[in-house]
Amino acid sequence: MNTELTGIIVTFAITLIIAILLGKYMAKMYAGEKVWTDFLKPFEKFLFKLSGINPNEQMNWKQFLKAMLTINILWVIYGFFVLIYQDKLPLNPDGNPGMSADLSFNTIISFLANCNLQDYSGETGVTYFTQHFILMFLQFTSAATGMACAIAVFKAFRDKTTNSLGNFWEYFLKSITRILLPISIVIALILAFNGTPSSYAGKDKFISMQGDTVTLSRGPAAQMIAIKHIGTNGGGWFGANSAHPLENPNYLTNVVEIVSQFIIPVGMIIALGYFVRRKKLGWVIFGVMLIGTLSLMLPSIISEVGGNPEIAKMGITQATGSMEGKELRFGPAATAYWSTLTTVTSTGSVNGMLDSMMPLTGAWELLAMMINGFFGGDGVGFLNYFIYLMIAVFISGLMVGRTPEFMGHKVEAREVKIAAIITLLSPLLIKGGTALACYIVYAHPNADWAVKPSAWLGNPSYHGFTEMLYQFTTSNANNGSNLGGLSGNNIFWNVSTGIVIFLGRFLPIVGPVAIAGLLAQKKFIPESAGTLRTDTLTFGVMTFAVIVILNALSYFPALALGPLAEYFSMLKH
Amino acid sequence: MKKYIVPSIRLTLVLIVLLCVIYPVFIAFAAKFSTGKGDGEAIIVNGKTVGYALVGQNFSKPQYFWGRPSAVGYNANGSGGSNKAPTNPDYLKDVEKRIDTLLKYHPYLKRSEIPADMVTASGSGLDPDISPEAAKIQVKRVALYRKLDEQKVADLVNEHVEAPLFGFMGPAKVNVLKLNVALDELQKH
Repeated sequence: MNTELTGIIVTFAITLIIAILLGKYMAKMYAGEKVWTDFLKPFEKFLFKLSGINPNEQMNWKQFLKAMLTINILWVIYGFFVLIYQDKLPLNPDGNPGMSADLSFNTIISFLANCNLQDYSGETGVTYFTQHFILMFLQFTSAATGMACAIAVFKAFRDKTTNSLGNFWEYFLKSITRILLPISIVIALILAFNGTPSSYAGKDKFISMQGDTVTLSRGPAAQMIAIKHIGTNGGGWFGANSAHPLENPNYLTNVVEIVSQFIIPVGMIIALGYFVRRKKLGWVIFGVMLIGTLSLMLPSIISEVGGNPEIAKMGITQATGSMEGKELRFGPAATAYWSTLTTVTSTGSVNGMLDSMMPLTGAWELLAMMINGFFGGDGVGFLNYFIYLMIAVFISGLMVGRTPEFMGHKVEAREVKIAAIITLLSPLLIKGGTALACYIVYAHPNADWAVKPSAWLGNPSYHGFTEMLYQFTTSNANNGSNLGGLSGNNIFWNVSTGIVIFLGRFLPIVGPVAIAGLLAQKKFIPESAGTLRTDTLTFGVMTFAVIVILNALSYFPALALGPLAEYFSMLKH
Repeated sequence: MKKYIVPSIRLTLVLIVLLCVIYPVFIAFAAKFSTGKGDGEAIIVNGKTVGYALVGQNFSKPQYFWGRPSAVGYNANGSGGSNKAPTNPDYLKDVEKRIDTLLKYHPYLKRSEIPADMVTASGSGLDPDISPEAAKIQVKRVALYRKLDEQKVADLVNEHVEAPLFGFMGPAKVNVLKLNVALDELQKH
């Protein structure tokens, strides 16, 4: 077997082992049981004291969401203005300019939402100050927000009947001090010792061997690259993200980065089983997600390793696969592997350019983000899956003629309505947005914007459509990867994707937490022969079917117009 | 919500100190002990920086080994790929042109011997590596232009092939800058 394939198999095995261990640790840690990181307790107490917070105060679901939203709104206001005036602030050795209002709006929402869609380029669009004090700051806090909200849902089902979802501040701060920050330190050190810059020195100028004058962008990047992965954020230091040789210097760092972006999403599911004391439920969900992930990953790897048929026609042997937009030190197999995991999770970092990938790979990436519930982002992945669970409980309840129940609580009209609204939101935002963009390209190609609509697309024909579809899909899924050919930095894209990112982030958080809060308050019904059990293989298959059917119905036509049409046109010649 | 505003502001300030000052400064300090001291690993020849080990640079002169095509012209001020779709007709014309250029400088090559990495642009535009095959096809040309023994150049290439991680993970590669520095060195002796 070739070394590129063994490379990704070993990587995947390492990921699962670490994730399972981490998951067990997270369950105990959040539950307040004894763990080895308890030595941090006095430190956390100190931070809470400085902040004037009582972490033992129990919150109901409304209080929990209010606390979460208040601090998130505060960050928007803080970041929006700092990005606009970044040129007047310190730590700007390269003299980069302030952001326009629409770009700042898009950027702040994007990082707040754990999306990290970047309409700017890291080398020229931001300063060292904003990279750290706004973007990296939000990479920590947005991941911790998602994790805290997932734990609130776990908490709702740990007790039989309860009003309390725990304390937002406690889950939030512990996510940072006990998980995100310690792991970030380890990753940042590994990166720094493999060649990623981490000092505050500005650009360097030198004369190359052939006599060209070259300017090299640098900066304290290792710190941000660590949290961008462990926090499933994805927003990189440099424009080319983890394809940049300073951001991802070698195959070892590539393994570290791809492993770290998957361990919390997987660990969260393992944690669920242990936390709610229903291990079987955790493993069933894990199984569904794993099969979902593999069925998106394997075809992507096959299509990239197969190479570009158009280049094969020119008589070129593509020994390892399609190389356009890929880095030699990773190769097509590891790049395809990465592209799947970065789209099933909400990371969206890339180690190769997605726009140049084969049409079918593009289709699988889009589908992964449309589903957005196979492991998904830190915390929010489970919240999205929870909505699918509610729909599956409801439909199977109807099918067998029993009252839908989940974990001993009746699922009634109000909960199902919330779940249905969240489910319908995604196709509305993705397809509505894409339709609007298509209309503008078609009807107003010369509109007087920073980039004219006629110049938006980097590629003609079906692939151009895919670029627009991808931009709204990645925004709604809070993923943040993009097809780089699309010119995103102008008022239409900045504002429209900003709105989609915001709605695609907060409604799917508020919905599940509300449902969980409502369910937890209801009377606990002990399991009987009449209960529809949710921790069985049958119910796992049922959930998988619901996910496939919902997404096929919502998105097949859009996929057919973009990547599928491109694929078939390729076959035709 | 009012109740949460003051704690939010205070917690935000506390976290800014922890996450944006203490954490990054600690990493920057620790990295002072790494090879590049956290500034990136520079390659220095005769006391002058000629490049960075990890960052590819443009080599187009026939006496040097060439790197991969770059969508940003190896301008390390920025970075990026071509973002061209595999079916884009303009892109396919570019690839055809690259093949022609390669064949012009390496008339001894058959099309099927050209490795894909030599005719496709990298993701970052700064890829420092080429495949061992891509280095091997250039040996004859480089030896010719430098009037060096072909075998010596071939040996130099073999010395510069970096094996996969632990021998079984990922592709083998050749760092173009390091190879060219060694090549200049070889010619001096």
